[in-house]
Amino acid sequence: MIRYLLPLGVFIALVALLGVGLRLNPREVPSPLVGKPLPEFRLAQLRNPTKTLSRADLGGRPVLLNAWATWCVECRREHGLLLAIARQGNIPVYGLNYKDNRPDALEWLRRLGDPYVASGFDGDGRVGIDMGVYGLPETFLIDARGIIVHKHIGALSSEIWERDFVPILERLSRGES
Amino acid sequence: MIPELGHFALIIALGVAVIQGVVPLLGAQRGVPEWMAVAVTASRAQFLFVLLAYACLTYAFVAKDFSVAYVAQNANADLPLFYRISAVWGAHEGSMLLWTLTLAGWSVAVSMASGALPMAFRARVLATMGLISCGFLLFMLLTSNPFERLLPAPQDGRDLNPLLQDPGMVIHPPMLYMGYVGLVVPFAFAVAALLGGRLDAAWTRWTRPWTTVAWVFLTVGITLGSWWAYNELGWGGWWFWDPVENASFMPWLVATALMHSLAVSEQRGAFKAWTVLLAIFGFSLSLLGTFLVRSGVLVSVHAFATDPARGVFILAFLALVVGGALTLFAWRASVISGGGSFRLMSRETLLLINNVLLVVACATVLLGTMYPLIIDALGLGKISVGPPYFDAVFAPLMLPLVFLIGIGPLTRWKGDHASRLVQLLRIAFVASLVAAGAIVVVTSGYSLLLLAALAMAIWTLASTAQGLIARMRGKRGAWKGVRALPRSFVGMTLAHLGVGVFIIGVAITSTFSTERDVRLGPGDSETLAGYRFQFQGVGEFPGPNYVARRAEVQVFRGERRVATLYPEKRRYPIQEQPMTEAAIDVGFTRDLYVALGEPLGDGSWAVRLYYKPLIRWIWFGPALMALGGLLAASDRRYRSGRRAERAAPVTDTGGALGAGVSGG
Repeated sequence: MIRYLLPLGVFIALVALLGVGLRLNPREVPSPLVGKPLPEFRLAQLRNPTKTLSRADLGGRPVLLNAWATWCVECRREHGLLLAIARQGNIPVYGLNYKDNRPDALEWLRRLGDPYVASGFDGDGRVGIDMGVYGLPETFLIDARGIIVHKHIGALSSEIWERDFVPILERLSRGES
Repeated sequence: MIPELGHFALIIALGVAVIQGVVPLLGAQRGVPEWMAVAVTASRAQFLFVLLAYACLTYAFVAKDFSVAYVAQNANADLPLFYRISAVWGAHEGSMLLWTLTLAGWSVAVSMASGALPMAFRARVLATMGLISCGFLLFMLLTSNPFERLLPAPQDGRDLNPLLQDPGMVIHPPMLYMGYVGLVVPFAFAVAALLGGRLDAAWTRWTRPWTTVAWVFLTVGITLGSWWAYNELGWGGWWFWDPVENASFMPWLVATALMHSLAVSEQRGAFKAWTVLLAIFGFSLSLLGTFLVRSGVLVSVHAFATDPARGVFILAFLALVVGGALTLFAWRASVISGGGSFRLMSRETLLLINNVLLVVACATVLLGTMYPLIIDALGLGKISVGPPYFDAVFAPLMLPLVFLIGIGPLTRWKGDHASRLVQLLRIAFVASLVAAGAIVVVTSGYSLLLLAALAMAIWTLASTAQGLIARMRGKRGAWKGVRALPRSFVGMTLAHLGVGVFIIGVAITSTFSTERDVRLGPGDSETLAGYRFQFQGVGEFPGPNYVARRAEVQVFRGERRVATLYPEKRRYPIQEQPMTEAAIDVGFTRDLYVALGEPLGDGSWAVRLYYKPLIRWIWFGPALMALGGLLAASDRRYRSGRRAERAAPVTDTGGALGAGVSGG
C-alpha cells in the first residue's frame, strides 16, 4: 500500500526542512557586499520623478539606505524607529522603494510619515538585485567613502539599532573627526 | 507558596497523563477492562490538577506577585484586574498552560460523552489525548515553566503588551485554542480507529458534532482575531496573511474539509481513509502552527519570545505525534478504506471536489507560509511572501468552491441528473448574474473580480434559499416548516448563507472603501463619502496604566449629527509603546473609522478617516457560519446516543462492516 505511505513521506521532508530552519536565523544573512563599495546606481526619486538618486548623492558622510515596500508587513514595524532616527538627525536616511508601485508608496509615506531624505524608486527591482537585497526590509550602513560597512536584514528594533549600528556609527564619527 | 503549589500540580498532572496515555492503551490491546477503565478516571484527575495549576497562576496575577518571573514580565501594579486575569495567556508560558488546560478540558468532555462507545475504543481515544497532554506538560516543565521565580522580586512588573489590552484580544486566544485543541478529538478518534481497525457509521456519527464544535471555535477565534486587528492596529485592515494568521487558517480549511468528508463517511460509508487522513492533518496543522509561532523559524508580527530549545522540543514532539499517526495510517489505512460506489454526477463527487479544493487551498497557504523557510534552508537566499501571492492564488480556488455550495446540497447521493439540477437552479443562476451586474452598474465599480465575487455571493444566497424552499415544500407555514427541518440541515443552510454574506462584505469593502489622511486643527472639517468630519480638538485623559490624548470628532451627514467619535493616542509609560485607539462608528451598511496620527504642532493633528461600506458583513458572515455549526452539532441524532446507534439503520452498503471491506 505505497500510496498510504505518501503523506508520511511528505511529512518527513517537512520535518527535515523545519529542523534545518531551526538552525537558521531568518533575520541574519551574510552579505558578500559588506566591506565592498555600494554598487553604482541611478534611480528616479519616488516623490519627484524628474530628479534622480544615485550613488554620488550618498557619498561624503555616513548614511543609512533602507530598502522598503508597501507590501512588506515587517517594514511597517520598523517605520517608527526609522522616523525616530531621521528626527534625531545624526545620520541621514535614504530609501530604496523596492518592487513597489508609486501611488501606494506615496500614500504610505503620507500616512505613516516620511523618514527618508529621498527614496529611489526601484519598480522592477534591478537596483535591489545589484545591491543583493534578499527580503525586505533591509538596512545598509554606508560610510563616507561609499563602502557598505554593515547590513541588517529584517525589521530594525531599538535593541538592534543600539547593539549593531550605534557602535559602528561612533567608530565612524571618531575616525572622521 | 502558591506558585510552587501550581508547579507541583503540573508535575502531578504529568504523572497522571502518563498513566492516562499508557495503561488504557495496553488494556485495549490485551483486553483488560480494569486497565481500560483507568482512562476515564485519569483524564478527570489530570484536568483537576491542570486546573489547579492554572488557578495558581491566575492567583499570582491577581495578587500581583512579581516574584514570579512570568507575572513580572506581563503585568504591572496599575494594570486593571480584568487584564491581569487575561494576562495569564498574554505570553508564551501562560498561553501554553491555557493550551494544556483546554486539552484536559476536551479530554474530560470526551470521557463524559463517550459512555456509549465500545470500551476499547473509548480507552484508545482517551489514551491518545493523554499522550498528547504528556508532550505539552513536559514541554512546559522543561522549557517554559510559568511558575519560575525571580528573586529578589522586582518592585513592579513590566506590564502587559498594550496591543493585548483590548477586549477582543482577551477572548480571542481562548476561543482559538478551543478550536486548535478541539481538533485533537477527531485526531484521537482517527488514531483509535486505525489501532482498532474499525471505522463504522456509528463512529463517524459520533465524531461529527465534535469536529463541528471545534470548527465553530476556530471560526469564532479567527473572526475575533480579525476584528481585533481592525480595531487595534489602526490601519483599517482585517486580514494580513501573516504567518500566524495562516497558522490558524490552515487548520480551519482542513477542518472544513473534514466536516464535509465526515458527512460522506457517515451517510455513505465512503472516503473513509481520506476522512481519517484529514482528521490527522487537522490536528497536525494545529501543532505545526504552534511550532511556527513559538520557535522563531518565521518572521511574524505575532511571534512569541523565542528560544531554540523550545523549537527543538516542539519539532521533536511534532515528528513523534504526526509521524506516528501517519505511520499508523500507512500501515492500517487499507483495512478501513472502502465504501459505497457512486456515479460521477452525485453528491459524493461534489463533496470530493469540495475537499480537494479546500486541501489545495490549505496547501497553497502552507507553501506561501513555508516558502521563505524552504528557500532559506536550501541556501538560496531570503525572501518574504506577501499578500500579492495569497490574493492571486486564493481567490481563483475559492470561486469554484463557492459555486459548488449552491449545487452540492441539492444533489442526491449516489447519482443524480444534471438536467434536474439545471432545472432547479437556473432561476437562481440567472438571477445572481443579473443582480451582480445591476450592482456593478449602479455603483459603477467596474471590475471583473467584483462582478465574479458578487455573482458568486448572490448565487450562494439564492441557491441556498432554493434548497431550503425545496426541503420545505409540502409543509404548511414558513416558520413551522423550518422548525420541522432537522437542525443539521438548518445549520448547514445558515453556514452557507454566512459564506455568501462574508463574500459580499469582502467584495464591497475592498472595492468601495475610501480613506483620507488630513491635517485637522480645532474647528476644521473634512468631507469623506458624504460625511463631514469636524475636528473639535484634543484633550489629555489619564488612564489606569497609560496617558491618553483623546480627540473629539463630530460626524455630520447633511445637517444631522450622526456620531461623535473619540479616537485616542495612548502612551503606556512602562512598555514605552504608543498605541492608536481608533474610534469607530459601527453600522450595518458602513463603518466610519477615525484614527489619530501624529501631532503637527499648533493644535492640529494628522488624522486618518476611513469610510468602509459593509465591513461588518465580514464578521457577520462567519458569525452565521458559527451559529450554523452550533445548530448542526446539536442535531437530535447526535444526542440520542446509544438508542440511535441501535435503532438507526446502517447505510445500505455496509458501512458498519468497514473492517471487512478492503480498499483498492
